[in-house]
Amino acid sequence: MILQGYGGAILSGAWLTLQLALLSLSLALVSGLVGAAAKLSRSRWLSWPATLYSTILRGVPDLVMMLLVFYGGQVLLNELTDALEWEPFDLNPFVAGVLTIGFLFGAYFTETFRGAFLAVPVGQMEAGYAYGMSRWQVFARILFPQMLRHALPGLGNNWLVLVKSTAIVSMIGLADMNFVAEQAGRTTRQPFLFYMVVCVLYLVITGVSSWALQRLEKKYSVGVRHNEF
Amino acid sequence: MDFSVISNNLPAFLRGTWLTFHLVGISLFFGLALAVPLAVMRVSANPWYWRPVWLYTYVTRGTPMLVQLLVVYYGFAQFEWLQGQWQAGNPFWLLFREPYFCALLAFGLNTCAYTIEIIAGSMRAVPHGEIEAARAMGMDYFTLLRRIVLPSALRRAIPAYSNEVIFMLQGSAIASAVTLVDLTGAARNIYSRHFAPFEAFIFAGLIYLLLTFVIVGLFRLAEKRWLAHLKPRKAQPAH
Repeated sequence: MILQGYGGAILSGAWLTLQLALLSLSLALVSGLVGAAAKLSRSRWLSWPATLYSTILRGVPDLVMMLLVFYGGQVLLNELTDALEWEPFDLNPFVAGVLTIGFLFGAYFTETFRGAFLAVPVGQMEAGYAYGMSRWQVFARILFPQMLRHALPGLGNNWLVLVKSTAIVSMIGLADMNFVAEQAGRTTRQPFLFYMVVCVLYLVITGVSSWALQRLEKKYSVGVRHNEF
Repeated sequence: MDFSVISNNLPAFLRGTWLTFHLVGISLFFGLALAVPLAVMRVSANPWYWRPVWLYTYVTRGTPMLVQLLVVYYGFAQFEWLQGQWQAGNPFWLLFREPYFCALLAFGLNTCAYTIEIIAGSMRAVPHGEIEAARAMGMDYFTLLRRIVLPSALRRAIPAYSNEVIFMLQGSAIASAVTLVDLTGAARNIYSRHFAPFEAFIFAGLIYLLLTFVIVGLFRLAEKRWLAHLKPRKAQPAH
């Protein structure tokens, strides 16, 4: 028996952590891009809400946000089902986790993408227009790929922070690997052992991601000359 | 929104804020104090110095602070030796049964690891010419550190360190996982007593936001004071 029969449960907890992290990442990338586009927009009706979004979400702890979404969302859901005369149902903690972490890191990505868009030299886009490219072509061929090069280090750091902050979903009762370890530790009276296993699993996830990110950064910085001393 | 829930529980919110404040303050203080010598070891050329520090920062920065807190509070209790010390009434080891001490230890060690990498990074970025000049003046290693490298590196670390302080403030919200009633813990209690999630969590969030703004403002002042020489120059009209 691996880990007194809890090996499988821990691994499925790790799988849940990974799913949660990847889904949150997708949501964060989308809301980060939308946020950056809005923040860079010339219209005040777009840039102002985006600034508010990225300031407030980065100033409030993830746990408080998650408790608000999970418990507050349930209240709103109950009112909605009452108003529509539906059967009441419970808010899924997985959905609450993805929404919170996704939108929260979207606020960080907003800043990363904004900086990266601004880092692309304007002359290159002018050159694109001078070649007769359309707005969309300039965006897809020049602005976006180069923006990604500048954004990757920031995205990578935030991804590592995101993976670690998924641990708090165990506090709203979602059975991620942290939650499983807590229960296994309590029943077997070996909490230290199980927490160490969880630490190793987090280190594996972060280690593999750092390696993958380095390769991606290499791919996207083709043609960039680095100083050599 | 029922504002009476907030006004009736204002003392509980304030007690929670105060606990958050000194929990974060004390762990930041010890984390920073320990990080300076360890950062010097981190940039050392001797592998016996930098390897252990590297391992410590790698493991600490690669795992969630929540797990670290649970290891300290629940995990260590697994060892019979520690349980024996508790039964013997050893005052030092009894500290590991106190959630407050465990949170300080976990938070302090966590922020220390991040601070080491911040300071080590800015030590590596000290212009090489400054170090050469100091050596040419005949300074030995510790004089060089004390007079040249650390004053310059610690100043340049201020902007990155301000982010770390904000992360610690927000990370401290997990203290309620080990029964501490910090600001988040107070909000959770108020939520469960009144079933008022919006009042409890939005008000707690606003206090965190306010504390964040205060920290940002203080660091802006600190940068003005200690980083004035690195500010981009403004063009001045010649009268």
